[in-house]
Amino acid sequence: MMGKIRGKVLVIDMPQTLTKVDVGNYQTLAHQAGKVIRLGEKEIVLFKLSTGEVKAVENKSPHPKGGTLADGLVSGSYVYCPLYDWKISLNDGKVQAPDEGQVKTYEVEVEDNRILLLI
Amino acid sequence: MEKKHLVLIGNGMAGVRVIEEILKLTPDAFHITIFGNEPYPNYNRIQLSNVLQGKTTVDEIFLNEWEWYRENNITLYTNEAVAKINPQLKTVVSSTGRIVAYDELIIATGSSSFILPVPGADKQGVTGFRDIQDCENMMEVARTHKKAVVIGGGLLGLEAARGLIDLGMDVHVVHLMPHLMERQLDETAAIMLKEELEAQGMKFLFEKQTSVILGDDRVTGLRFSDGTEIETDLVVMAVGIKPNTQLAKEAGINVNRGIVVNDLMETNTPNVYAVGECAEHREITYGMVAPLYEQGKVLAQRILGLEVSPYEGSVTGTQLKVSDVDLYSAGEIIDDKSTKAIKVHNEFEGIYKKILIRDNRVVGIVLYGDTKDSTKLFRMLVDKEDVSGKTSASILDSGCCGGGQADMSVDSMPDTEIVCGCNGVSKGTIVEAIQTKGLTTVDQVSSCTNAGRSCGRCKGIVGEILAYTLGDSFDATKANKKTLCGCTTLSRDEVVAEIKEKGMMSTKEVMNVLGWNNEEGCSKCRPALNYYLGMLHPEEYHDERDSRLVNEKMHANIQKDGTYSVVPRMYGGVTNAEDLKKIAEVTEKYNIPLVKLTGGQRIALLGVKKEDLTNVWEDLGMPSGYAYGKTLRTVKTCVGSQFCRYGTQDTMQLGIDLEKKFERLDTPHKFKMGVSGCPRNCAEAGIKDMGIVGIDGGFELYVGGNGGTDLRAGDLLCTLKTEEDVMDMISAYIQYYRETANYLERTSTWIERVGLEHVKEVLQNAEVRKELTAKLDRSLTRYTEPWNEALKNQQIREKYYKTEEFPEVLV
Repeated sequence: MMGKIRGKVLVIDMPQTLTKVDVGNYQTLAHQAGKVIRLGEKEIVLFKLSTGEVKAVENKSPHPKGGTLADGLVSGSYVYCPLYDWKISLNDGKVQAPDEGQVKTYEVEVEDNRILLLI
Repeated sequence: MEKKHLVLIGNGMAGVRVIEEILKLTPDAFHITIFGNEPYPNYNRIQLSNVLQGKTTVDEIFLNEWEWYRENNITLYTNEAVAKINPQLKTVVSSTGRIVAYDELIIATGSSSFILPVPGADKQGVTGFRDIQDCENMMEVARTHKKAVVIGGGLLGLEAARGLIDLGMDVHVVHLMPHLMERQLDETAAIMLKEELEAQGMKFLFEKQTSVILGDDRVTGLRFSDGTEIETDLVVMAVGIKPNTQLAKEAGINVNRGIVVNDLMETNTPNVYAVGECAEHREITYGMVAPLYEQGKVLAQRILGLEVSPYEGSVTGTQLKVSDVDLYSAGEIIDDKSTKAIKVHNEFEGIYKKILIRDNRVVGIVLYGDTKDSTKLFRMLVDKEDVSGKTSASILDSGCCGGGQADMSVDSMPDTEIVCGCNGVSKGTIVEAIQTKGLTTVDQVSSCTNAGRSCGRCKGIVGEILAYTLGDSFDATKANKKTLCGCTTLSRDEVVAEIKEKGMMSTKEVMNVLGWNNEEGCSKCRPALNYYLGMLHPEEYHDERDSRLVNEKMHANIQKDGTYSVVPRMYGGVTNAEDLKKIAEVTEKYNIPLVKLTGGQRIALLGVKKEDLTNVWEDLGMPSGYAYGKTLRTVKTCVGSQFCRYGTQDTMQLGIDLEKKFERLDTPHKFKMGVSGCPRNCAEAGIKDMGIVGIDGGFELYVGGNGGTDLRAGDLLCTLKTEEDVMDMISAYIQYYRETANYLERTSTWIERVGLEHVKEVLQNAEVRKELTAKLDRSLTRYTEPWNEALKNQQIREKYYKTEEFPEVLV
């Protein structure tokens, strides 16, 4: 039953590195808008794409002036930074040309209707 | 192996470009140290005249932010000049005494304004025009003083003069020669330029030589060699630049006018190179950006020990960055016995073109009033193309009528050649972007590569490259068309017509049916389509919240740190004790860091955390003030006849009524109103999208005013007798704007585009007015109060406003 408790460490997946964290119900996660997950100090944002895939990135714009990403416009597997309109890939976190930069991405798995974040 | 140490003296465009080229080729080749004597990261010096002219800000011209230096592990010392180079020890010593050893040393110290050696040149209020500091000095003087003199009627002088006019100064340009820009323009073009600039308010004193700068500590005037004088509060010296060579000279490096370099940018001292405006190559020093970038490329390859094709010098063209002046020149400008000229002088349209040809080759170009041929002619000049088979018309014609045939010169252009000098984009980069990303329009190429994004002069050649790369599939009208965005080849009008004709009902359907090349669109088309659909089908269309940009989606303004501002509605700027108490309590309860009155007479709560938004709204219990929307913002009012002894109408109440009627309505861009009770106009109705001024027995309606980016005084639309007439006319006007403007087009630009007379004519017709007001009234039924809706609807709260908290994960 440990596996169903939200926010608890479920499995140590790889030696000392990745941990799976249950961050919510897959079914009820809305499409096309970022959901902010706060893990202690860390802010991660989940995006459910129109394909149903869930992507997770750090909630921090790679723009030098900073800002958040959660409320940006989502198109395909990209999000547009809400403050400076940078186009950012949710697959690898890379900012699209002509701008440059990268945001940290996280692996996500969906099991039994639960969203598992690998951090 | 220990990495070699590369030191760069000068944190400007030329030097940093070399570093960028090196990092691109071999990222980890060197430990890099850069010294810059200004307190900024690398910035775009060419844009300084735009900063002065108010078209851009200092922050926007940084080319490399601090972050870039950190990411590339570059040690940067700003505000720290290099005082000495010691080639024997291979070290440099900075102004603070810091000693840094180098294996390779690049000198890129640039140039300084040449300050005339006349008595008084050291007085306060005398400046050059070379860096951000000069710019800020001028802006500072303009704040408190009125008169300015620019010495020098060349490129830099005229750009500075225009900037000072934009800053509200009375400007004289003093020029030693009888004509402006005599090194770039012939007499005919120079006179046309002078007339245009005079019309812009610039004054000229020709053939005047400055002999003394007058004043005690501060400049008060100039005296010329003919004994005449002029009063002034500011003197800008723009008579030329001189390469900064002192440092090199003291180190025993060979210096002539500039630091002498060979075709590999090497000085006569081993491991020391020079690049940019401080360098002299084949007896030429350059002050344009394109040659500096070409030099940078060669130097990067040389320093990395790669195979390098030597730098053989550059031919440069000139253009003037002054509003409403289209001017281009390159090569020779004065006819002589050995040249034959093609000249076109259309006095009526203010166009002048002169192409100088010697031995069947273009050797000089002067274009005024129409510069669209400049890129093509410049290529002919650089390539020394044989024009013996061509007619004058085919030389001057920019090729747009030939069915988009690619110009041969694009074919022969090497991939490495820089097409966009401003951004250093090569032909190869453009071709690759076209091929790998499937681009079909010039706009798409610009947004993918940056080419053409700065001065725009290379857009012609980008079009040619597009034609050449796409071959038969190239469509000229399509390529140069202003499309809705990069996702489609259709224009705004075509998209709107298709939506109407096919009765499309969602952004997805539009993108699908009209063959968008991004299945889900982008941040430009999605909000635009959502607007057009709602405007065309007010009753049937379901608004797509996720197609709106952040502020309209969240119903709050995002701030730079990701917090939001909350501005409650206060109709007409009128509040009461109860609302003020609630605002005070909410501010305390949620620790809101800033409460501020806005320009539109409202109270803004700034720095509200996203997860507090809905609670703040609930506690306030007031409707949204829509301070974030492309919609009616605020109606600013004066107290009017209710309290003011001058008031002629009850304009405070009228303002409240207007705000209640039109609130929440989607418009192409934000829409502001002002209502004043008398012509003293305390509500600033003259600079609003719709301004109403009460007069004895009626109201004046002013339209197209703007107090922001495009400062514009409103035009009188009409004078009306009753408040009912006012309401009707405003309804019709807004609806006509809603139906015909481009998304994100303010009324100030819209009215100039469609014409005030046209709008007057449309609104004169009572039938048309009735139709428009009816459509507007139908649209107004679409809306519900969004804050209250969020409070009632759990799904909205969950989706947009909730943050999930988890304890820190311990690994």
